[in-house]
Amino acid sequence: MYGRLPIVKMLAAIVALTAAISAVMLSINWDGQEASTAASKIDDLLNVMIVISSFVFSLVVVALFYALWKFKAKPGDESDGEPIHGNTRLEIAWTLIPTIIVLFGGGYSWKVLDEIEKPAKNPLTVDVFSQQYAWSFGYPGKGNVWSQGELHVPVNRQIQFKMHAQDVIHSFWVPEWRIKKDNVPGITTTAIVTPDKVGTYQLVCTELCGFGHATMRAKVVVEPPGQFQKWVAGLKEKVPQPLAESVVQDTETNPAPLSAGGA
Amino acid sequence: MLAAIKRPGWTRGALGALAFAAFGFGLVISLRAISGLPLYQTEQTGYPHVIVPLILAPLGFLAGFGCFDYWLRWAAGAPTIPDDHSQHGAKTWKDYFRFNTDHKVIGIQYICTTFFFFFVGGLMAMLIRAELAQPGTQIVDAATYNSLFSTHAVLMIFVFVIPVFAGIANYVLPLMIGAPDMAFPRLNALSFWMLPLAGILFIGSFLAPGGAFDAGWTGYAPLSTGAPLGQSFFNLGVQFAGASSILTALNFLVTIITMRAPGMTFWRMPLLVWANLSTSLLVVAATPFIAGAQFMVLLDRLLHTNFFQFAAGGDVVSYQHIFWFYSHPAVYIMMLPGFGIVSEVISTHARKPIFGYRLMALALLGIVVLSYSVWAHHMFVSGMFSWLRVPMMLTTLLIAVPTGIKIFSWLGTLYFGKIHTYSTSMLFALAFIVTFTIGGISGVMLGMVPIDIHVTDTYFIVAHIHFVLFGGSVFTIFAGIYHWFPKMTGRMYDEKLGRVHFWGTLIGTWGTFVPMHWIGMDGMPRRVADYASQFGNWNLLISCFAFMLGAVQLIFLYNMIVSWRFGPRAPANPWRANSIEWQVSSPPPIFNFDEIPRVVGGPYEFGVPGARHAIMAGEGAEVPATEPSVVGSP
Ligand code: HEM
Ligand SMILES: [Cu+2]
Ligand SMILES: [Cu+2]
Repeated sequence: MYGRLPIVKMLAAIVALTAAISAVMLSINWDGQEASTAASKIDDLLNVMIVISSFVFSLVVVALFYALWKFKAKPGDESDGEPIHGNTRLEIAWTLIPTIIVLFGGGYSWKVLDEIEKPAKNPLTVDVFSQQYAWSFGYPGKGNVWSQGELHVPVNRQIQFKMHAQDVIHSFWVPEWRIKKDNVPGITTTAIVTPDKVGTYQLVCTELCGFGHATMRAKVVVEPPGQFQKWVAGLKEKVPQPLAESVVQDTETNPAPLSAGGA
Repeated sequence: MLAAIKRPGWTRGALGALAFAAFGFGLVISLRAISGLPLYQTEQTGYPHVIVPLILAPLGFLAGFGCFDYWLRWAAGAPTIPDDHSQHGAKTWKDYFRFNTDHKVIGIQYICTTFFFFFVGGLMAMLIRAELAQPGTQIVDAATYNSLFSTHAVLMIFVFVIPVFAGIANYVLPLMIGAPDMAFPRLNALSFWMLPLAGILFIGSFLAPGGAFDAGWTGYAPLSTGAPLGQSFFNLGVQFAGASSILTALNFLVTIITMRAPGMTFWRMPLLVWANLSTSLLVVAATPFIAGAQFMVLLDRLLHTNFFQFAAGGDVVSYQHIFWFYSHPAVYIMMLPGFGIVSEVISTHARKPIFGYRLMALALLGIVVLSYSVWAHHMFVSGMFSWLRVPMMLTTLLIAVPTGIKIFSWLGTLYFGKIHTYSTSMLFALAFIVTFTIGGISGVMLGMVPIDIHVTDTYFIVAHIHFVLFGGSVFTIFAGIYHWFPKMTGRMYDEKLGRVHFWGTLIGTWGTFVPMHWIGMDGMPRRVADYASQFGNWNLLISCFAFMLGAVQLIFLYNMIVSWRFGPRAPANPWRANSIEWQVSSPPPIFNFDEIPRVVGGPYEFGVPGARHAIMAGEGAEVPATEPSVVGSP
């Protein structure tokens, strides 16, 4: 029955459309600048998804428009179509093939996730304190000094951010790093980033936290290690007592009862 | 006057609301006086003297309006008249403003009420887009902006998309399965009347000190537990909307399971019935979770129960687990009925049986089961136990499979058919396939943890939800309204205006929501009144398309109102469909059928020689001697 369809021509159209859409989509850098080791991995995954998605979209569009062109009723034609109720082989195919595709995507994503979150040997730990509507940063390895509204990190070294929200949920996002993590009051959450490009970026709050949410931003400076050391050495203030107390156990990877964690 | 007070209706309803509110107010004040507390507690999360009356007044209204009269009389042992049909059917427009137990009246009540909220919510969207047209603050301040997008989303979700599907199914489903009404007509009416109360609570929150609720439709704790009084209006409104959906879903389940016409086996049910069966299964099991979540927030606010107060040992992330355990299934509650509508429309206008009918029904059930196992894909960056992310990712990706099956089967239905595109309903159904595919694709991307980490809580999400909710649900709602308009009103609508509405909506939807993907990936967070100036041009373009999209909805409104009043009379079956609702007059007689039809075949037997779906009363002679065998796969 389906032998009557110009399958080869339709496939050619789908492939051509997929190629055209993918070419346009891949030529644009959707996510903006890449400035961490995770960024290129995530963008690669996104690009693979763009090609697969272009294919799915082309398939649907070509199938739909071919049907509309070929099987449109002539004006005044009151007759019915052919009483086809299904085709078991086709139905099995469009159950199994998408299953394989999404499982491939799942496996690939899992691998990327593992890679971008793999802890390094000698990371730098930075405490992130968020409160309505300001960011501040503590450097526990550097005498627990404190910086308000400005985050400095050395380039090419893994940073482990430990996040501590003081009032409501905020979310830590540096678009160029492709990394985002909620700051949740009562628990400590972790984000792992290895910045690999020197520059100045913006830290954006992405979790609605009240009327100042849109403007809750901080400056992020990625700099060579020497410069970073100098900057840290220049910090005089220590993390204030109330903030220091909010540094509690990481329940994300170790869901111990709260009493043990000391909320 | 005294008669008006005794008779169920608006006067008694208003008095009931007042009396119950006064009782609640008095109760709170006197209890506080007895306990030696200050009479009024007006910390922003407090206000018990407002909250308790707000809980009781809607119940007082429902009681006064007559929702409980029959049951109360029965419970008190007073005489009831089981076949008193005075509350049934509508003779004038006034009957739509009464407690009415006729499923057709209730269906129309639902549809008109929900579309009212659609337009109010749409107006808010216009304000949102006006503010966002340029960076900086122009027309509303940041706090008002937060209230606007929160109420916009809440109205659209809880009192438009979810209940409008219940309204369409209320009208159509009993007719489709050959039933004279729903299983529990009084419960049905009660469910409807809770809905406007929810909507009033949501909109009324603008009057609360501190403004309307502004923690988003997600109402995450602890932002919500510490928010001003308006948040409590949301917590309460959700209870009424939720109770309404749960009761309706129970009603659908019992109706579908027990009231199908003789011969209508499960495998002969139209897919709209399958879709509502699946949706109802989701509603009854999932909705209690959001009701619970909102009660816990309310109790935290009012009684300091500390479910989510981290300082007192509460757990902030658990709110999100409870919330999304409902709200992920809710996205399918907002989509499955639309799948049903599209199946009816496409099969009818392509003059072809649905391709792979059984797999279509099974795919619905597959979605029901899977959608309970994916909720935490909304929480990949929330700080939940990180091990949960990968399993939730895999189930999320798998749910794309049954969804894909539906898309491919609709396409398959078109092949070797005779496709008619003269009706606006078919245009919306066809456009839905493509638009929803985009929403599905972005959904699969969001299901992948690494991509989600980057784009969650950005405009990419806003793009995704609108492709699935506007391009998905709302397109199917329009398809359904246009499809059954002749049946419901007995009039035809104007196809020319319908086409203008269709093209305007299609172009407006794509123009508004496609660029949102880009600015999201490029760094614009969601739920912001102000943004970096680099996104200014895109936002201006988006706003222009949004205004166009808003404006064409007025054409729809005009078309519906004028056609309902003056449109040409509709024949019983203008689309030459097979299902039972088209075999009775337009609009159908008061109890639907003089005699219950007999179902003798599948619902989509287009092109099968001599096949029938149902045999109506008085047709006995024409029954084919042997039932036509279902043609197997070629
Ligand atoms: C003219 C049509 C519409 C326009 C222009 C529009 C615009 C918007 C915008 C700009 C936002 C984002 C606000 C922000 O995050 O800052 C939003 C949020 C939202 N809208 Fe719409 N909308 C429209 C129709 C709808 C419809 C029909 C629905 C539901 C079926 C809907 C459901 C939502 C939801 C669920 C959100 C998320 C709110 C949140 O993040 O809490 N919208 N809308
Ligand atoms: Cu924020
Ligand atoms: Cu979900």
